[in-house]
Amino acid sequence: MIHAFIPQASTFAGDIDFVIDLIFWLVLPFFLLSEFCIFWFVAKFRHKEGGKAQYITGEKAHETKWVTWPHFLILAFDVLIIYFAVGVWYDVKQQLPEADRTVRVIGQQWAWTFVHPGPDGELDTPDDIELNDELHLEDGVTYHYQLQSRDVLHSFSIPAFRLKQDAVPGRTITGWFTPNRVGEYDFQCAEMCGVGHGLMVARTYVHSPEDYKVWLAEHGGVASLSPTAN
Amino acid sequence: MADAAHAHEHHDDHHHGPTFAEKWLFQSTDHKMIGMQYMFIGMAMAAIGGYFAYAFRMQLAFPGMHVPGFGVVGPNEYNALVTNHGTIMIFWVAMPVLIAAMGNFLIPLMIGADDMVFPRLNRLSVQIFFVSALVLIASFFVQGGGFGGAWTAYPPLSSTPEYSLTPMGATLWVVAVALEFAAFLMGGINFITTTMNSRAPGMKWFDIPVVVWMIVIASILFMASVGPLIAGAVMLAFDQAIGTNFFDPNQGGDPVLWQHLFWFFGHPEVYVVLLPALGIVAEIITVFSRKKLFGYKTVLYTAFGTGILSFFVWAHHQFISGIDPRMANLFTITTLLISIPIAEMLFVYIATLYGGQIRLTTPMLWGLAFIVEFLIGGVTGIFLGASGADIYFHDTYFVLAHFHYTFFPIAIIGVYAGITHWFPKMFGRMMSERLGKIHFWGTVIPFNLIFIPLFVLGAAGQHRRIYSYEHFPDLATPDLQQLRVIATLALVTMLTFQVIFLWNFFWSMFKGEKAPKNPWRASTLEWTTPSPPGHGNWPPDEMPSVYRGPYEYSHPDCDDDFWPQDQPA
Amino acid sequence: MAMAKPIATTRSAAGMSTGKLAVWWLIASEIVIFGGVLAGYIMHRLGHPDWAYQAVHTNTMAGATNTFVLLTSSLFAVLAHNAAEMGDGKKAAKFLYLTVGGAVMFLIIKSFEWTYEISHGYTITASTFWAFYYTAAGIHAMHVIVGALIMIWVAGMAKRNVELQRVELIGIYWHFVDLVWIFLFPLLYIAK
Repeated sequence: MIHAFIPQASTFAGDIDFVIDLIFWLVLPFFLLSEFCIFWFVAKFRHKEGGKAQYITGEKAHETKWVTWPHFLILAFDVLIIYFAVGVWYDVKQQLPEADRTVRVIGQQWAWTFVHPGPDGELDTPDDIELNDELHLEDGVTYHYQLQSRDVLHSFSIPAFRLKQDAVPGRTITGWFTPNRVGEYDFQCAEMCGVGHGLMVARTYVHSPEDYKVWLAEHGGVASLSPTAN
Repeated sequence: MADAAHAHEHHDDHHHGPTFAEKWLFQSTDHKMIGMQYMFIGMAMAAIGGYFAYAFRMQLAFPGMHVPGFGVVGPNEYNALVTNHGTIMIFWVAMPVLIAAMGNFLIPLMIGADDMVFPRLNRLSVQIFFVSALVLIASFFVQGGGFGGAWTAYPPLSSTPEYSLTPMGATLWVVAVALEFAAFLMGGINFITTTMNSRAPGMKWFDIPVVVWMIVIASILFMASVGPLIAGAVMLAFDQAIGTNFFDPNQGGDPVLWQHLFWFFGHPEVYVVLLPALGIVAEIITVFSRKKLFGYKTVLYTAFGTGILSFFVWAHHQFISGIDPRMANLFTITTLLISIPIAEMLFVYIATLYGGQIRLTTPMLWGLAFIVEFLIGGVTGIFLGASGADIYFHDTYFVLAHFHYTFFPIAIIGVYAGITHWFPKMFGRMMSERLGKIHFWGTVIPFNLIFIPLFVLGAAGQHRRIYSYEHFPDLATPDLQQLRVIATLALVTMLTFQVIFLWNFFWSMFKGEKAPKNPWRASTLEWTTPSPPGHGNWPPDEMPSVYRGPYEYSHPDCDDDFWPQDQPA
Repeated sequence: MAMAKPIATTRSAAGMSTGKLAVWWLIASEIVIFGGVLAGYIMHRLGHPDWAYQAVHTNTMAGATNTFVLLTSSLFAVLAHNAAEMGDGKKAAKFLYLTVGGAVMFLIIKSFEWTYEISHGYTITASTFWAFYYTAAGIHAMHVIVGALIMIWVAGMAKRNVELQRVELIGIYWHFVDLVWIFLFPLLYIAK
């Protein structure tokens, strides 16, 4: 469903979309049946001159079964949904696969700062590439992100990755993602952070490996250890 | 009794009933008067909340425009508008009308009492409530403007004036909310004690109408959940005003603590408003399908079950907030489980229609609309309660559309249902059915046209509380912008139709056809009093006794299709 | 504007007096409020032990004395209730005044305690521990003051044998105030 509106650009986007679709298809029959019953009962049992309504207490077994059975079905569907939702949650939020590369994402009122490792592939070295409002990534590489805030709560959200995480001041929160689709995607702040909340526009660029090397070269120089880079 | 001479009991005589001073200076202790004071304040606040929605939706549809009747909505105006729209609708519309207005008006009447047991405390509660509304409104006019940190007021944004840029607005907002809480804690004392102790002779626990039970359960839920937030509000106010650091990490504070304190209350709060609305719907569908409620005890037990379960789901609002990810799984389980009792209640209501003799009066249309629309709200909640899916949906318009499909039925549909149903009893006159139906369709159809586009926008990844999407290439497409325009035009249409309700309401109050005691032929006790009831509701020597349950419609042993509770066998 | 009491107040379908129901409702809501403060404090302290070391500076002697003072005052409240049950309003009032005396002593000790702490730099903004300390103990002290005032009012009526059932009600409230302190004392003064 979501993929009709926005591409799947990370390895777990498909899993998250699957959970969403599963919920949709499980919930839909209940929803349609309930709505249908309402409209049908209203049509069928409109008052007629001289008619008398049935006296049903809803306490006899043959009456309650109409409510009890749908109940158990909902419970069963809930269990199914929980199983898949927890599975995806574990995958995205509880475990941390080995990283090929780490980026630091820093939110503040009202801009994003992205610290990319330079040609040496390591963060916190002189060749790091620090940009405002542009996150550059390489297709197929597994990233860890280190998320921080300089002031209030912010939250980084890349809908195309189906990823989101709040940034809490005073903490560094770590997570992961692996982009798997070349392109440009919106990066939004997903937690009210003041007057400029809507102005914290950023953009995610997923480059092919060749284009990534080009970008790296434009910003950081060659992989020699030039101490003056950035 | 000497009270009979008091003018302030007669509601059909608004010109020379309560004196101007008595009405406006809140001197009456009569539960019916107090109920109406809550109702009118709630209606006025709803107009303000609706006006705010108009302004910010115009900005979203036509960014940068000078909104007629408001002006330009810049980023800080936008934030203040959305913050206070939400705050007003929950605390100054839904709660006062559904609980305080309906509760105050109905409870003594429906249990056969002459008033609440603590009338002066009751009056104090509405006075404090009125002050709380004034404080909130004042917050819009102070330097820096109204608070704009969202109704959830997460610190450090809300606790630190340097971040919020609304130093006075933020503190006034907190004070207003705290006063509102105090008013409702006081009101709760009356609802619960009166229902427990002052029932008519013969009215056993299971003879109490569902709406009374629901308001009592809601009051208990409110009381049990609001304490930690009151504590939190004191801490927040201290952080704002005297520089403590409960929530700012720079000196050992923790912003996530506020979130827990807020949502521990925030989640039960939605059931605090849902249950009374469900109660109103129960009263209406039984009367207008001439059928006993299907499974009265089931409804009661699921209400209790929902109330208890509601204390264990709160962190589903915080999945992404930095809590320990393992905790999220626990809350997914509890959150999905809570859908079961609610679904059960809705199924029971639908089953009540079966085999009925249904009359589609205006109140019945509203009652049915509640079920139809709330079902959408309920099922879309599943997407949000499932942690894995919520990673995507959190903070998007999908959440917003979900909670409007729950809150709108609660705060608007439920309220209109209650008002149109009990108007004859309150004012002694009938509302126009024709205008009522026009207003109904003119509200419900546009309502769907507002929020279905918002579901789509949420699915497309649009985040909340952002004053303009022009700068986000993926969201600034003509297709998506068209959806925003449709939603806004639908809102403007819907707001326009509310004028019809206001006309119907005020005109009928003075010129409507005079109402008999029991225009709907209902069996509960409030319909055995005159319309409107006098002070004391019944003559002191004619207080009713009760002989059966509240929904004995179409009983085989009764000739008529309803058997009033107070009629001896 | 003397109004007759509603008939509703004379009924007792649940078997408990309305006054008592109301007081228990009040206590329940206060339990949740104090519960929130204390839960916040505990959660916070467990998550951030770094500021907790500030607790070492609280005056345990003063806290312990105050605990004893409050417990004694609760005893007087019980004796007041007994007297009221037996219809002896004058005696009940006497014991209520003794309870108020305990409250006053509590507040005096607290003022000395806080004056000392504030003058030594342990103010409410000094650290998160002190923020919780003053907020929790401060809200409690407010309840002591309000309770004492209500108690004086009830005693005034009890002396004339009027509304004697209120002696028990204010007693219930007082025991609650005492109970909150029993929780505060170890959390603020002993857990160092």
